[in-house]
Amino acid sequence: MRHLLSTKDLTKSDAILILDTAAQMAATQEREVRKLPTLRGKTVVNLFFEDSTRTRISFEAAAKRLSADVINFSAKGSSVSKGESLKDTALTLQAMGADAVVVRHWASGAAYQLAHGGWLHGSVLNAGDGTHQHPTQSLLDAFTIRKHLVTSPLGADLNGLTVAIVGDVLHSRVARSNVHLLHTLGAKVVLVAPATLVPVGIDPWPCDVVHTLDEAIESYDIDALMMLRVQRERMTGGGSAFFPSPAEYTRIYGLDGDRLRRLPDHAIVMHPGPMNRGLEISAEAADSPRSVIVEQVANGVAVRMAALYLLLAGEEAAQ
Amino acid sequence: MTGTIMGAADVSRALTRIAHEIVERNDGAADVVLMGIPSRGLPLAHRLAQRIAEIEPGFDAEAATGALDITMYRDDLFKNPTRTIGTTTVPAVGIDDAVVVLVDDVFHTGRTIRAALDAIRDLGRPRAVQLATLVDRGHRELPIRADFVGKNIPTARSERVDVRVEEIDGEDAVVLRKGE
Amino acid sequence: MSRPIVIKNASLYGDTTASLLIEDGVITAVGDVETPDDAVVVEADGLVALPGLVDLHTHLREPGREDAETIETGSRAAARGGWTAVHAMANTNPVADTAGVVEQVYSRGQEIGLCDVFPVGAVTVGLKGEHLSEMGAMASSKARVRLFSDDGVCVYDPVIMRRALEYVKTFDGAVVQHAQDLRLTEGAQMHEGEVSAELGLAGWPAVAEESIVARDALLAEHVGSRVHVQHLSTAGSVEIVRWAKDRAIQVTAEATPHHLLLTDESARTYDPLFKVNPPLRTQADVDALRQAVADGTIDIIATDHAPHASEDKDCEWASASFGMLGLETALGVIQKVLVDTGACTWRDVARLMSEAPARIGQVDDRHGRPLAEGEPANITLVDPNAAWTVEADQLASRARNTPYGGIELPGRAVATFLRGVPTHVDPTLEGAFA
Repeated sequence: MRHLLSTKDLTKSDAILILDTAAQMAATQEREVRKLPTLRGKTVVNLFFEDSTRTRISFEAAAKRLSADVINFSAKGSSVSKGESLKDTALTLQAMGADAVVVRHWASGAAYQLAHGGWLHGSVLNAGDGTHQHPTQSLLDAFTIRKHLVTSPLGADLNGLTVAIVGDVLHSRVARSNVHLLHTLGAKVVLVAPATLVPVGIDPWPCDVVHTLDEAIESYDIDALMMLRVQRERMTGGGSAFFPSPAEYTRIYGLDGDRLRRLPDHAIVMHPGPMNRGLEISAEAADSPRSVIVEQVANGVAVRMAALYLLLAGEEAAQ
Repeated sequence: MTGTIMGAADVSRALTRIAHEIVERNDGAADVVLMGIPSRGLPLAHRLAQRIAEIEPGFDAEAATGALDITMYRDDLFKNPTRTIGTTTVPAVGIDDAVVVLVDDVFHTGRTIRAALDAIRDLGRPRAVQLATLVDRGHRELPIRADFVGKNIPTARSERVDVRVEEIDGEDAVVLRKGE
Repeated sequence: MSRPIVIKNASLYGDTTASLLIEDGVITAVGDVETPDDAVVVEADGLVALPGLVDLHTHLREPGREDAETIETGSRAAARGGWTAVHAMANTNPVADTAGVVEQVYSRGQEIGLCDVFPVGAVTVGLKGEHLSEMGAMASSKARVRLFSDDGVCVYDPVIMRRALEYVKTFDGAVVQHAQDLRLTEGAQMHEGEVSAELGLAGWPAVAEESIVARDALLAEHVGSRVHVQHLSTAGSVEIVRWAKDRAIQVTAEATPHHLLLTDESARTYDPLFKVNPPLRTQADVDALRQAVADGTIDIIATDHAPHASEDKDCEWASASFGMLGLETALGVIQKVLVDTGACTWRDVARLMSEAPARIGQVDDRHGRPLAEGEPANITLVDPNAAWTVEADQLASRARNTPYGGIELPGRAVATFLRGVPTHVDPTLEGAFA
């Protein structure tokens, strides 16, 4: 693996290898000494053009537990006024000798450009680009689903499972990553959103689309329910709003205790965070024993350790 | 000299002898745990544990055996294709203050054992670490020696020693091959 | 006086072989011409002679963005591409919304002398869509402006559009519309469809173009004026223009070479060289546009040559400017997609890239004339067998933002004559002029 840019690039065996590696990484994190010498001497740069403390510290912890040197590089620039150009930043990182660049960017495609611009020799790991992809998030979601719902997880896919993804699919890199990855792993994916928040041109996506959460709960045997974060400004933007009001959103798409109880007993509840409690998810649902939201965070470190290991160990990466 | 160096009976005898040596050296097996290095060190560790249990009835073979994957401790990670990480299982009885006997199939440069010593250090603090190996083929690159050896086989650097075990390969044998 | 030029045995319009004698900027004989002793002789066997090409849609960036293109570098690019006249869009800085700016642009073009530069005036002051610019002053200026456009932005307010359409009737002008519903395209990055859904780039829906094309056709009918629709990009727009023409509405339309060749699939590279407005559409749209060019629904080919400085393209897709170069590659692309496919003949190309645009631009007294005795010697010689690979670094344009880098085009202009003066001579023909 040279780069990790999009889950669409992953074959089933790639995906399972990452999940299995993550499982071994997770096991090391239960020991007294959690640090491994594996990536000693390697330099990982966290290049963040967009604030995301959660994702950054997750990658930072992952790299440090593998003994890589970590450089945090915040090059925040708004989407309106251009920040430092991607090219100049890449050249700087190349000069610093970055073996891997973890990039978070507000622009869709920025990770792809960084990987293919010819400016950089290191591996590029997409930590979220615009509304395009966020592959490690979906890998940690798949890891969490597999751990909870598959009897012997190691080496297994997600065949036979149904995952519903609820909310703002249009603007969600998490949804885009998950649709491809979960499908590749054999799961059935159901998107649940108002038509205003479903992209035009979704027909080729390997998933079903329904327009209310109740319909999804009635029509499918949901094993995992993934609630997406909804940005309030998308509902209160006047004439450009995608939805009439937060209250109506909560009524039709919010996960509350009542809907939670109508899910199959074994079903788990997920959220990539940060949550808007009371909007897309009620406190009761978020804090219920079926919620694996906190565990997702821990699994995130293991999955990112696996991704860094697979990108950086091996002779190709040494060149 | 190439071809089959040890047959199934030779392997079996060597393991039985090593089991006795481990018990003898440690005045019994009360504090002994075995950690096999995947892939072929692991079934060998299980067999040694069973033999020790036959000698020392109080020895719980299942609880005293574990697996030690050393991939993430290797010093040649960046010189070879990416390796798949295997499973590490700490013996149920734990390793703190125990005598850990590392079990591997072929003892060669010593680098695997060096990595294994580092890996053990991250898992706990044994009282002592010993090394058991089915074959010692020489060519050490580090100051490490084995405590228990099934058979010393003088080899040329270019030759290959393949250990085959029933659990993985369907037969027990040690085969010496000419290098490519 | 300059030496006479004989273009020997060219294929006029790709169908009749004849020689042309050019003296003092005028074609003085056609057919079996006698070669004067001091004449420059261009051996034109296998070359197609067309009336000099006329681009109705060019951005020269001067005044204001001379780092991207100047009237001089743009004129040189035009001459190399076979163009003898270009219409320079108004979105410069300052905007071409006064007689002063359009006269300056026109004069600078004449001074350089590589092609005629006809300024297009802004419809509204500062392209802001609020107040009509002084179109009358621009029309009666030395630049003799007849086309008005806010290109880059749409004349969005229906009342302003109606007034503009009515007002240009005074001097028999036309409003040239960049059809884009602004509200439906806020933040838009590429064609809204399957590719944008996957790439997570904000969509520019086809309906945002089609709704404005339909509205403007109806307005033109209502007030009895002329509207020219720029860079038609969707199958739906083609249907609307076809319908409007059936109703005898005075609407004309253009297609660009890039919309006839490239699709939204190019965006998968996230290379901003493929970012253009209107965006590259689907293969079905490309097919509909080619059909519409072939059946005459689309009147002309225009380049929408849009130079940009490298920093405006060497960046994230969403930060990049819209637009791509076109002057030097248009003829090759058109040969590839229309002539070599059998959809059009070279005679059609003469209509699409010279005669019709000259008529719409009302410069048909000087350009887009027949290759006949007594006509001005504005001539483009095309070698349809001179395949070449586009290299951005080799272009005459100051900018480098061609989407065709590394692509082979089947033919090219090998000589361009503006009133008898060679403004471009391919190295293969340089011997004749030595």
